[in-house]
Amino acid sequence: MGKPVNTSDRLLAEIKERSGQEVNACIQCGKCTAGCPMVEAMDLLPRQVMLLLQMGNEKEVAVSRTPWVCASCFTCGARCPRDLDLSSIMEAVRLKVLRPRDAKVLSPGDLSVEMLKELPQQALVSGFRKFSR
Amino acid sequence: MDYLYFPGCTLKGSSAWQMENTALEAVACLGLNLQELKQWQCCGAVYPLSEEEIITLVSPARALYAAAESGKPLVSLCSACHHVLKRTQVRLLNDKETREKISCYLEEDYPGEARVLHYLELLRDEVGWQALKEKVKNPLQGRRIAAYYGCMLLRPSREMCFDNPERPRIMEDFINTLGAEVVNYPFRIRCCGAYLAVTENRVAEDASRKIVKMALDSGAEEMTTACPLCRYNLEKTPEAKQGKVKISYFSEPLSEALNLEVQEVEP
Repeated sequence: MGKPVNTSDRLLAEIKERSGQEVNACIQCGKCTAGCPMVEAMDLLPRQVMLLLQMGNEKEVAVSRTPWVCASCFTCGARCPRDLDLSSIMEAVRLKVLRPRDAKVLSPGDLSVEMLKELPQQALVSGFRKFSR
Repeated sequence: MDYLYFPGCTLKGSSAWQMENTALEAVACLGLNLQELKQWQCCGAVYPLSEEEIITLVSPARALYAAAESGKPLVSLCSACHHVLKRTQVRLLNDKETREKISCYLEEDYPGEARVLHYLELLRDEVGWQALKEKVKNPLQGRRIAAYYGCMLLRPSREMCFDNPERPRIMEDFINTLGAEVVNYPFRIRCCGAYLAVTENRVAEDASRKIVKMALDSGAEEMTTACPLCRYNLEKTPEAKQGKVKISYFSEPLSEALNLEVQEVEP
């Protein structure tokens, strides 16, 4: 008989399985947030995402704009004193939303002909890789 | 010396052909032989950040297996290709389980480590700044060029091992070697917004505009980069559209300084 698992433990285990990261190691110092170049467009600060995950508040994180505005620039990870890779944690959150529902945040039909013509391949490949499954 | 060259989708497909044309002319002039990797395929553009995702590593691994078998270093120009290839190489080296799974997909034994180099590393570590300087026929005197690193070459530094992630100097040393004036400015390692150009273009534009304005305020007349997506984002800013600052691939000032005749037409 294993010990009972609460929502928070289950969520953190899932995040760890995908990202290899220990969300509970976060000490809420906010260096990730101070260095984040996209923070102005976020509704939850990176630090707050970490706190909500620690508390097992999956719902609030799942509807937040923050993981979708994260550009995986790896600046947070470079500056985290606990050596946490927040980009991978954000990816784990995105996958949690994208995978089970086979959801797509981005479909080819969302792009105008103009965009398709002028965006470099690199943008299209990375966009579809990040925002659809 | 002989190298294998991994072009990637963007250099062959659309906007970034100037980077390839200028860079390949330049290596020939420097006495290096870059041979395009046969039957290469897109690296995937982003490194999969989820540990359980194996299948997206197969494509970059395929290029790495071929390079290791040839015994030649694998060179790329696009910073995204370099990022994906380098991190995949690190993963193959350190993660036995992933290595075994990938070998199963490729139906090939792991041939060992391939040396993965970005073209700028090739210039710094194989050619050397002094030797490059001696080849400069047309020093870019008086040109004020700002280096724009972006993210992919530098971070995560433990894997990329490209330069100091907070205070890099490779591009500045490169600009200096070409005889141009280096413009130092904050934000040279700050993200341009990358693929948010596809889903959140206002966010990407704001991020890029901050960088361009900072470079302009610091006296830049040109910003140079190794990333096609960075270039695209920087060029979308009003400042670049108005011609206040030119955005180039790093290989363009290189080819100018070497005084090379490069074909201007799109292949």
